[in-house]
Amino acid sequence: MSDNITKGKMIKPENLVYTKSRVMTDNVTSYCPGCGHGTAHRIIAEVIEEMDIQSEIIGVAPVGCSVLMYDFLDLDIQQAAHGRAPAVATAIKRLMPEKFVFTYQDDGDLAAIGTAETIHACNRGENIMIVFINNGIYGMTGGQMAPTTLEGMKSSTSPYGRDVATMGNPLKMTDIVATLPGTYYVTRQSVQKPANVRKTKKAIRKALEYQKLNRGTCFIEIVSNCPSGWKMTPVESNKWMEDTMFPYYPLGDFKVPEED
Amino acid sequence: MERELRLMKGNEAIAEAAIRAGADGYFGYPITPQSEVLEYLTMEKPHERTGMIILQAESEVAAINMVYGGAACGKKVMTSSSSPGISLKQEGITYIAGAELPCLIVNVVRGGPGLGTIQPAQSDYFQATKGGGHGDYKLIVLAPASVQEMADFVELAFDLAFKYRNPAMILSDGAIGQMMEKVWLKPQKERSREFPEWATTGKTPDRERNIITSLNLDPNKQEDFNHKLQAKYREIEKNEVLYEEFQCDDAEYLFVAYGTSARVCQKAIELAREEGIKVGLLRPITLFPFPTVIISRLADQVKGILTVEMSAGQMVEDVRLAVNGKIPVEHWGRMGGIVPTPEEAVENLKSKIIGG
Amino acid sequence: MTEEIIIAGFGGQGVLSMGKIMAYSGIMQDMEVSWMPSYGPEMRGGTANVIVILSENRISSPIIRTFDTAIILNQQSMDKFEQSVKPGGTLIYDGNGITRHPEREDITIYQIDAAGEASKMKSAKTFNMIVLGSFIKVKPIVKLENVLLGLKKSLPERYHHMIPMNEEALLRGMEIIGEA
Repeated sequence: MSDNITKGKMIKPENLVYTKSRVMTDNVTSYCPGCGHGTAHRIIAEVIEEMDIQSEIIGVAPVGCSVLMYDFLDLDIQQAAHGRAPAVATAIKRLMPEKFVFTYQDDGDLAAIGTAETIHACNRGENIMIVFINNGIYGMTGGQMAPTTLEGMKSSTSPYGRDVATMGNPLKMTDIVATLPGTYYVTRQSVQKPANVRKTKKAIRKALEYQKLNRGTCFIEIVSNCPSGWKMTPVESNKWMEDTMFPYYPLGDFKVPEED
Repeated sequence: MERELRLMKGNEAIAEAAIRAGADGYFGYPITPQSEVLEYLTMEKPHERTGMIILQAESEVAAINMVYGGAACGKKVMTSSSSPGISLKQEGITYIAGAELPCLIVNVVRGGPGLGTIQPAQSDYFQATKGGGHGDYKLIVLAPASVQEMADFVELAFDLAFKYRNPAMILSDGAIGQMMEKVWLKPQKERSREFPEWATTGKTPDRERNIITSLNLDPNKQEDFNHKLQAKYREIEKNEVLYEEFQCDDAEYLFVAYGTSARVCQKAIELAREEGIKVGLLRPITLFPFPTVIISRLADQVKGILTVEMSAGQMVEDVRLAVNGKIPVEHWGRMGGIVPTPEEAVENLKSKIIGG
Repeated sequence: MTEEIIIAGFGGQGVLSMGKIMAYSGIMQDMEVSWMPSYGPEMRGGTANVIVILSENRISSPIIRTFDTAIILNQQSMDKFEQSVKPGGTLIYDGNGITRHPEREDITIYQIDAAGEASKMKSAKTFNMIVLGSFIKVKPIVKLENVLLGLKKSLPERYHHMIPMNEEALLRGMEIIGEA
């Protein structure tokens, strides 16, 4: 933006159709064009603003592309060691039960190195929200194989495609945590088109409402894309996600409370 | 609640002292010889006494990260473990040091390496005082030599940790953890209701958001931060050294030993003095900061120093640095979970220092 | 005055709790005390021992290899600790199950039949208090009244109804001890 055109000059009240949540900072995100992280951040911020709980919520950022989440969300945020966000969040919530607590984790963080922390926080029914971004790849470190990388899918550490005989099968963490008595609400969503963004936002809202009622762990998987890691354009990546990821990771609710 | 006299194990004393010091949370995982800390706390129901939270985590790794989460909220939180478990916690500890969070970590040391033995040892000195995890950082390390000190150092460690926003460790061993002695317990302190201004408690409109992280992608910023940490450690070295001198006034020879070994050396001094050998003991209480100045001063007085450690000789390196070649400094110790005897200590003083 | 004691026997004989009551008794008369158990898997059904030190001065090492008194309650412990008694020291042992009796001539040896007395009292749980009674008879370092206070302090309240029986056991122990 050049000096003589400011935001104020550009945006006139009469042509303002959209504004970003005040729970987001003015920092430009470090996410690649077309990446789903930015949208996921935005809807979390919007829900927090709508519920008016900015002063009551603490976020936990993972190690992964969203490690710098604290630069983009105007919240008190702790950055956790790789995979440990659910343990970190456990203590925050136990020590300050009146606050809202959420973790935001990528697939490597939540489903590989942090599997134990994820399972056990869910099994204890920690009263937190876990947002799980699954794009089937390690984005931050340059496109290595993730626990959720699909069979045959190429990555920098499965250059000939994931061979499940030697590399294991893509892990469906959401299916697993749904079987645990400690989880209250478990769902898999996506953010690649407006209708799905609305559904995901609704899921986040529900999860935080349940947290207010001390219902247990709420777990929201967001199947997302990684244009850079997948070496595709944003549009191609969304199409590939719909055609290839969704059949293996079907969208929908896994565990819905009876009160709904 | 009044000051109270009890007969307690060192591990139990730590647990009770934590409740009384107004700790907010304890996160742990069982391992011999420190499981009594968690057992005592779960039995005692501190939540009903003070509101203190107790949680048995799924692993030592989870426990230390719970400590991270709690400490980042400005709460007084702690964990305890023994050597193999402390190794697992190192990742969390370096993050805590890098995020400048106060907390208490208790290591009731057993013999290593590997699964080693469950018997007492002092072979984690390097790990405790020289880093342990990755990166340039220091813990404040306190070495109790009695059950009373196990209790007293809990509050001291929390005070130092909050004063410097730095993790503090109580480096004990299986002997002090398992033995019972008389202990005077302090009256109950109220849990603090105030949060430090850096704590993540929810961003209110009157302040900027609080971020707890150990990440600096910009190397210049990371170097600045490293300088800041080093300045803090120099400040700790200046202000917080603790030690005890035992029969040093007329000493011609000196033992340097901490924790259980220091107790053994006290008995060795009784035996040696019966034979007319004038030997004293310098007992470091803080292992970081190390009592370098007093050791250097005593090196001008005595003819030789024997360090006694339940290890292959770790603290001896710091003693040699302090003495800087002025007089002979030798190490003698036992390993594998064996506690040295006073008689052996005297023999080795004679053979390695006096006769040497 | 310092008394360094080892109590050794099988797990389940009340070795550790006897030591604990001894230590509490010392506290009752303002002494310094330490109680250092053997710990770990070796205790599970195996041997158990504890070093108790009672002193009027600050206690230096809680872990020692020679003792003023050894209280020995099985053969393994006899084999392990007979030679650890200081010359001129005391060895008290229960003869039950002992196949090789102590042979030292430079120490005072007492054999007791605490197991037999406990079965006469119809309570195996009194065994360790009978042994303790014998100890304080020949080594009156802690007074009986302080042992009773120590017992009260070391037992959880729900067991306080057992104190009279334990007192009887202590007295029985004081009666039965005679030089072997």
